[in-house]
Amino acid sequence: MFGPAEYNIRNERTERLWRILFLVMTILLIIPVLVILATLIVKGGPALSWEFLFDDPKDGMTKGGIFPALVGTIWLVTVALLVSVPLGVAAALYLSEYAPDNLFTRAINLAIINLAGVPSIVHALFGVGAFVIFFGFGTSILSASLTLAIMTLPVVIVATKESLQAVPYAFREACWSMGATRWQTIRRVVLPNAVSGILTGIILEVSRTTGETAPIMFTGAAFFLPFLPEGIFDQTMALSLHLFVVSTQVPNVPEHLPYGVALVLIAMVLIMNSASIALRIYLRSLKKW
Amino acid sequence: MVGTVPKLQVRGLAISYGGKPALSGVNLEIRENEIFGIIGPANAGKTSFLKSINRMDDFTVGMKVEGSILFEGKDVRDWRNVYALRQRIGVVFPLPVGLPLGIYDNVALAPRLSGIRRRSQLDDIVERCLTRAALWDEVKDRLNSLGSLLSGGQQQRLTIARALSQSPEILMLDEFSIAVDPVTTMRIEDVLRELRQELTIILVTNLVQQARRLADRTAFFLDGSCVEVGDTEDLFMGKVQSSSTTDYITGRFG
Amino acid sequence: MMEGAPNGTSDKDRLTFDWYLDKVVQGLVFLGGISAIVLIVGIFVFITREGLSFAATQLDIIEFFSSPRWRPTSEYRPTYNILAMIAGTASVTGLAMVVAIPFSLGAAIYIAEFATGKTREALKVMVELLAAIPSVVWGFIGLSIMNPLIIELFDVPVGLNILNAGIILGLMAAPIMTSIAEDALKAVPDSYREAAEAMGATRLQVVLKAVLPAAKNGLLGAVLLGVGRGFGETMAVLMATGHSINMPDSIFDSVRALTATIAAELGETAVGSEHYQALFTIGIFLFVITFIINLLADLVVRGVRKG
Repeated sequence: MFGPAEYNIRNERTERLWRILFLVMTILLIIPVLVILATLIVKGGPALSWEFLFDDPKDGMTKGGIFPALVGTIWLVTVALLVSVPLGVAAALYLSEYAPDNLFTRAINLAIINLAGVPSIVHALFGVGAFVIFFGFGTSILSASLTLAIMTLPVVIVATKESLQAVPYAFREACWSMGATRWQTIRRVVLPNAVSGILTGIILEVSRTTGETAPIMFTGAAFFLPFLPEGIFDQTMALSLHLFVVSTQVPNVPEHLPYGVALVLIAMVLIMNSASIALRIYLRSLKKW
Repeated sequence: MVGTVPKLQVRGLAISYGGKPALSGVNLEIRENEIFGIIGPANAGKTSFLKSINRMDDFTVGMKVEGSILFEGKDVRDWRNVYALRQRIGVVFPLPVGLPLGIYDNVALAPRLSGIRRRSQLDDIVERCLTRAALWDEVKDRLNSLGSLLSGGQQQRLTIARALSQSPEILMLDEFSIAVDPVTTMRIEDVLRELRQELTIILVTNLVQQARRLADRTAFFLDGSCVEVGDTEDLFMGKVQSSSTTDYITGRFG
Repeated sequence: MMEGAPNGTSDKDRLTFDWYLDKVVQGLVFLGGISAIVLIVGIFVFITREGLSFAATQLDIIEFFSSPRWRPTSEYRPTYNILAMIAGTASVTGLAMVVAIPFSLGAAIYIAEFATGKTREALKVMVELLAAIPSVVWGFIGLSIMNPLIIELFDVPVGLNILNAGIILGLMAAPIMTSIAEDALKAVPDSYREAAEAMGATRLQVVLKAVLPAAKNGLLGAVLLGVGRGFGETMAVLMATGHSINMPDSIFDSVRALTATIAAELGETAVGSEHYQALFTIGIFLFVITFIINLLADLVVRGVRKG
């Protein structure tokens, strides 16, 4: 049998061992990403230049830049946001401010979870079946953006709902007790205090939309187009799809080119995410109540 | 003097949540320009009673109300515009709530929502309500600072000022002193005595002596029913119908 | 019914502009809320509409699931059976879980129970950023970094295989699983921890004996969502698996995933053709599977809150 002192020492040692094990697992989760980032920077960095960002692809996409893909991504994201933000904020307002706690509300929540869980390629199939064919939008920015909007809708809904629910219920009661309608309460007190939280959610959504590839492959994004889109019924190139194309579909691409595209894409996404996180931390430090 | 004109008539009121009764068989009358006290232990149904009067419980799922609450002869449940009803019957909840707006905007919020735009008119309302809530002198130099960052006692007076901003005919207070220091409690009690000149006050309180100090008439609620209604003096002198009233008042339970 | 009541209350009980506005807004946001249901039903309806006539008339369900032969372009007799792709998806997802479960669980425990203050915040931010990396970038990493690495390390001819895609997918799923698992651990009331500590348990014993058992449903939910994510991932598996129809024998075999098949072939098919409809049929299958997984995860996690 161990004496009490011996028992404690053994315990402390296992304790420390396990603690370190958990820490190592956490670090192992993060390290590959740092290695990957470093590799992208080292190999993709030399490709970056103003010409790379603002030139058209040349010589069968083996030379030149990514300008049309950048412009296309901006088109796709903007149109997607115009759809998903109003719809998502409305859904979140309903769930947070109006919905009674019943089976129907539960069905809505389940639908949102599933909307987030359906594979991106199934969203793409839906986009083809619904927007490209049934509604006759063809392969266009409109079809692709609608598909993207539906796919990322849960991001907006969840972020908005959380920001709305962070506003204390007592504020609402205080307004109602003076005869304010629910909408007046939302507009004057709830939304002004939730809007910055909603904004962080929208930045996250922009980031998600920027990186999505599968949903736009058959709905509006093209492998290569020699001109920029002029409206929502045009097709367009997109940065995410461009990375897929130059790394798998085009022969004789110099190595630095796809690394450069990957670096630009990941930089855009990570900058937006960091901005969103920074905004959130800053907002948490501003205590208004 | 206390008027004798009935302002609210409650007839056979029963409230239940999802089949569970919270309050039943309440019959009473609240008269114009009186302070009507309601005392009783926790879970007696006092707050449910208040909420049913200006229908703050409208969004509560599974709640059922029977009987009638006549406000100037018309059942509050028959009001189509519940918001207009609440403008006339204001309520102050136990915990003070300063909205995260400027102090001025806190008080001006409801008047603005009902369409008052003129600055001078709003200025008047804000000053009058803050003065009547005994807060004006403390905040008149910083009307733009956040109402949500005032002290608890100040926030409760701000809450009362806000409730007065619509010139309600009935003001209901639910245990307003629970989160407030004794000095502020006394100041608010003075405010209520003065307000009685202009409006009808329903005062739910957990402090028996507060009811004695303020209320003209008092009701005693126990376990979801109204045991007793009478002149406050009579109740405290022992002229009661139920012995449990005296037991509660003298502190034998609750 | 109280119109013209003598006491004069009815004129104050007017339905004002704001009353109507409130109703209108309520109607509008209700439409927003219901849109989620409309969309999820719409997705099912539209993919079924495109795949239905094939699924109903030409599909031999048993063969569809039990034969590995996917030969859509065969001139003699095209066949559309998905066993090989199911095997591909399952093997990649399975390996991904082997990678992701221990790491995300370990990381969640460390972040929720051991790390404090700034360290904890920093780790959470890192995990969140990890989750943000787009799948096409992960695919590119599989293609251009993991591929040569695997060829070098294991001396195999091709590095695009189950191992590659499994690791990539594991790294992709881990951050999401970590944050859901961390939420589950955080949801365990402190009274559990205090009770265990009061009996003299060390921090580790508290975690293993009190916190983990109490959080087990939430953790199971995290794993299920990870599986769902693996099942549905498209670009990364398209680029890292080698994309060859194959019943795998080892983790160094190239395989093909269900999702990747749609992504690779839909562009080459004529709308309405058999091949096109067969791809939509795979879509229906994917939809149903992920729907069930998400439903299960939701039920499991909800079970926690009730119990």
